[in-house]
Amino acid sequence: MYDFEYHKPTSVADAVKILSADSDARPISGGQTLLPALKHRLNKPTSVVDLSGIAELKGIKRDGNKIVIGAMTRHADVANSPEVKAAIPMLAMLASGIGDPAVRNRGTIGGSVSNNDPAADYPSAVVALNATIVTSGRRIAADDFFQGMFTTALEPGELLVAVEFPIPEKAGYAKMRNPASRYVMAGAFVAKTGGEVRVAINGAAACVFRQKDMEAALSANWSPAAVAAVKQPADDMNSDIHGSAEYRAHLVTVMAKRAVAAAG
Amino acid sequence: MNAPVVFEGIGASPKRKEDLRFLSGRGNYTDDINRPNQTYAVMLRSPHAHATIRGIDTAAAAAMPGVVAIFTGADMVVGSLPCGWLIHNKDGSPMNEPGHPPLAQGKVRHVGDIVAVVIAETRPQARDAAEAIAVDYDVLPAATSMAAALAPGAPLLHEGAPGNVCYDWHIGDLAVNQAAFAQAKHVVEFELVNNRLIPNAMEPRAAIGDYDRTTDQHTLYTTSQNPHVIRLLMGAFVLQIPEHKLRVVAPDVGGGFGSKIFHYAEEAVVTWAAARVNRPIKWTADRTESFMSDAHGRDHVTKAKLALAEDGKFLGLHVSTTANMGAYLSTFATSVPTYLHATLLAGVYTTPTVYAEVKAVFTNTVPVDAYRGAGRPEATFLLERLVDVAARQTGIDKLELRRRNFIPADAFPYQTPVALQYDSGDYQSTLAQALKTADWDGFEARRAEAAKRGKLRGIGISTYIEACGIAPSAVAGALGARAGLYEVGAIRVHPTGSVSVLTGTHSHGQGHETTLAQLVTDRFGIPLSQVDIVHGDTDKVPFGMGTYGSRSLAVGGSAMVKAMDKIVAKARRIAAHLMEASVDDVEFDRGTFRVAGTDKTKSWGEICLTAYVPHNYPIEEIEPGLDETAFYDPKNFTYPGGCHICEVEIDPDTGICSVINFTAVDDVGRVINPMIVEGQVQGGVAQGIGQALLEACAYDASGQLLSGSFMDYCMPRAGDVGTLSVATHETLCTHNPLGVKGCGEVGAIGSPPAVINAVVDALRDYGVTHVEMPATPAKLWHIINSGRRAAAE
Repeated sequence: MYDFEYHKPTSVADAVKILSADSDARPISGGQTLLPALKHRLNKPTSVVDLSGIAELKGIKRDGNKIVIGAMTRHADVANSPEVKAAIPMLAMLASGIGDPAVRNRGTIGGSVSNNDPAADYPSAVVALNATIVTSGRRIAADDFFQGMFTTALEPGELLVAVEFPIPEKAGYAKMRNPASRYVMAGAFVAKTGGEVRVAINGAAACVFRQKDMEAALSANWSPAAVAAVKQPADDMNSDIHGSAEYRAHLVTVMAKRAVAAAG
Repeated sequence: MNAPVVFEGIGASPKRKEDLRFLSGRGNYTDDINRPNQTYAVMLRSPHAHATIRGIDTAAAAAMPGVVAIFTGADMVVGSLPCGWLIHNKDGSPMNEPGHPPLAQGKVRHVGDIVAVVIAETRPQARDAAEAIAVDYDVLPAATSMAAALAPGAPLLHEGAPGNVCYDWHIGDLAVNQAAFAQAKHVVEFELVNNRLIPNAMEPRAAIGDYDRTTDQHTLYTTSQNPHVIRLLMGAFVLQIPEHKLRVVAPDVGGGFGSKIFHYAEEAVVTWAAARVNRPIKWTADRTESFMSDAHGRDHVTKAKLALAEDGKFLGLHVSTTANMGAYLSTFATSVPTYLHATLLAGVYTTPTVYAEVKAVFTNTVPVDAYRGAGRPEATFLLERLVDVAARQTGIDKLELRRRNFIPADAFPYQTPVALQYDSGDYQSTLAQALKTADWDGFEARRAEAAKRGKLRGIGISTYIEACGIAPSAVAGALGARAGLYEVGAIRVHPTGSVSVLTGTHSHGQGHETTLAQLVTDRFGIPLSQVDIVHGDTDKVPFGMGTYGSRSLAVGGSAMVKAMDKIVAKARRIAAHLMEASVDDVEFDRGTFRVAGTDKTKSWGEICLTAYVPHNYPIEEIEPGLDETAFYDPKNFTYPGGCHICEVEIDPDTGICSVINFTAVDDVGRVINPMIVEGQVQGGVAQGIGQALLEACAYDASGQLLSGSFMDYCMPRAGDVGTLSVATHETLCTHNPLGVKGCGEVGAIGSPPAVINAVVDALRDYGVTHVEMPATPAKLWHIINSGRRAAAE
């Protein structure tokens, strides 16, 4: 780890002030990605801005037909939240399966969504549930937020404050874990909200994406069999020592099928 | 002293004495040790697999805060890290044995090769300075795979090893072998890879060098399985420090599995540099360094042919193996594919002729050496897969084919065609017991039930043998071993009757502090709490060869028995004096000396006290004290064996293979502590399942380690092991006093072919004869998918 300045602001405004003043400053929430990178000297920020002292970033509440989750809410809190379990049980289930207990008790939804790791769990839920990302300065639709591998619509100095999830009629999630890292190798989050069907695929490509053919198939016939017939092209799939693009493309269909089955 | 209320001797399962400190965080590992005025070393490692070093500029780094010293290969010109076993080529010439300098001398040969060492006041300062060293590399093409290293025009790693070949060795009579094949009704041919593994002990390697210039005394604290061997190798061959000026301490060590047998460069570097800077130096590997510097395991490519008669009797086996040595010869690397592999190719079968040839190859990868099982897993995987393939090809049931070829229980001692003579075993019984435990006969019903759930269920078997406690010294020496293979045990009985045992073996998770103490409890009749096992310090223990090859009990325990024999012999003489009886009439049984046929007795405590307070004592005939040392050189290897059965289910949609049940029935000889044996077998099986299903060491063509962290290298987790049933079936070793054979490696040796045989069985409808390890989900899905296509076409 290289030396850096440490800040622990108590308001979003103060955090944004520090981050805006220095493009090499980095916010840290649960630290499940940044800390290992720092320890391996893969990242050399001038300052680390610890968000854990900002009360307004924490908490889960139901707001009409939405669940609003503060950026600093840990995965374990989402997994165990009565509000989330009642309104979007599949989101609680997703949170309960992220990483391992240590990760779930440190990692936060804001950190995961902001980082946009292609193999992370949350981005698929955000996209499939058509969530809104609330930042320190604006509101961003899920479809506009995730832009590429580790890339989002967040501007320098802009902080993710909360994620608003509309409550769906149906939702399901299934994933294949990478045997070694247990990150997502291919996952599918399917949802029907206000009559609209969305299918978001994570893990398999450089960035979470909507599988529109599956959405069309499910709109016509909400059933596992309907998505089972949709083949994911292998062209843009990841390929590495753990699996070929062809394998991942196949897993996309398998996971989508299982996600629909899980959604009921 | 009262006899123990609860029996704690041979066959009992007292809880492990060492676990209180391990489980409460009070272990004393190398990195826990801090010496006054200590500095920290960071190794600057090569990022390239193969490069010449045109220059190293340390000026900027040396000026950085906290830097004490920086050394490169130009500074540290010492002996080569030695190789402990000389192998001869087919033509009788000695192997190519290029040197292995602790710090690179003008050339680097694998990613992780050490270029310089930075010593600083703190570890971060040393790391900062290491990053500031400018190394001018001329990057060369790399030969990462054995195929690439053996190809015409391949990059040459060592001037002294033309064609990148270390040796081309063979065993067996080729003419006899060929004649057997000429007689064969069936010849089964088969090729397979034994995948390279990265050991990954929980505790990374660490070393502290300490030097006292007033006495010229060097001390090395290190994560080693054999501190005396390190003292000998490093002292005599690398740094020229005589034994009386070099102390090696291996304190608590958090797992070794073979990877901590070897003498590593970092040990020599901190020992040498500590004397140069006149301050203690600590080095501790981080996990990334462990991946690129701990010796890897396995990595064989083998072609095999089995000749069978019409009735399925094996007539002959022919094996050609290439074995990856990595970039340099690690300490025992050369013995693994030869004397620890090819000599096991008879397996549990009566195959009358076995011929094996082994070509060892240098590549631009981390050195390869012994890893849990070392050679024997490779032999077992080859044989037990080959038998299954032969069963399919000949149409003979795979159990029946094994039974027809087993060495019968009444044929021992049994001389194999590949040098070894097995002393005991009962393969029909271990097979029968395992089949019953695993409900082999009920499998097809379970397969049908799984099919209804859309799962492919398979069952696989492995009937294996291995060889432990490598010995005897004279025979091994004749075959090229450069070390003795005996063990040392000293029994120090204290005046009040408690006992300290000094053993040359080393415990790094095996539970020696309990098992070895049970031997003393059993013999002397004193409670386990009265016995302490001292190991891991060359200043305390007279000598020793350490722990590897499941030898600690069979060899180290036997040395203790010899020393206890001497104690009892002397104690009987003291007792005879006190009871005014003839020595021949004094019997000793678990704590009591008795004049035979009388009620005259003396207790253990009385005799021990008398030995140290010799007021009424035969002082003219024997010396005071009760402290005896014995060296024990075994007459033969021991031969544990048994039967492993694995049952798996494959999800054809994802390719995920789950181990449902695993049954192990092992003949490890006499069992001292059944609980510890069960744990040892469980751990070994978990590693075997890891090799079979999960662990894939991968390099790219340029020599970069792709599986360089736990993100990409998949270690087995508890959930990967399934339901594990472990049992033993004892036949006693006939040539050591305890009748023990060893249990540390059986799990890792017997299990991989059982798993893969189960995988192949699960895929029996897909036209598959073999699946290379690890059978990952992606690999299995591709097989299933292409099988489906083949069926559709």
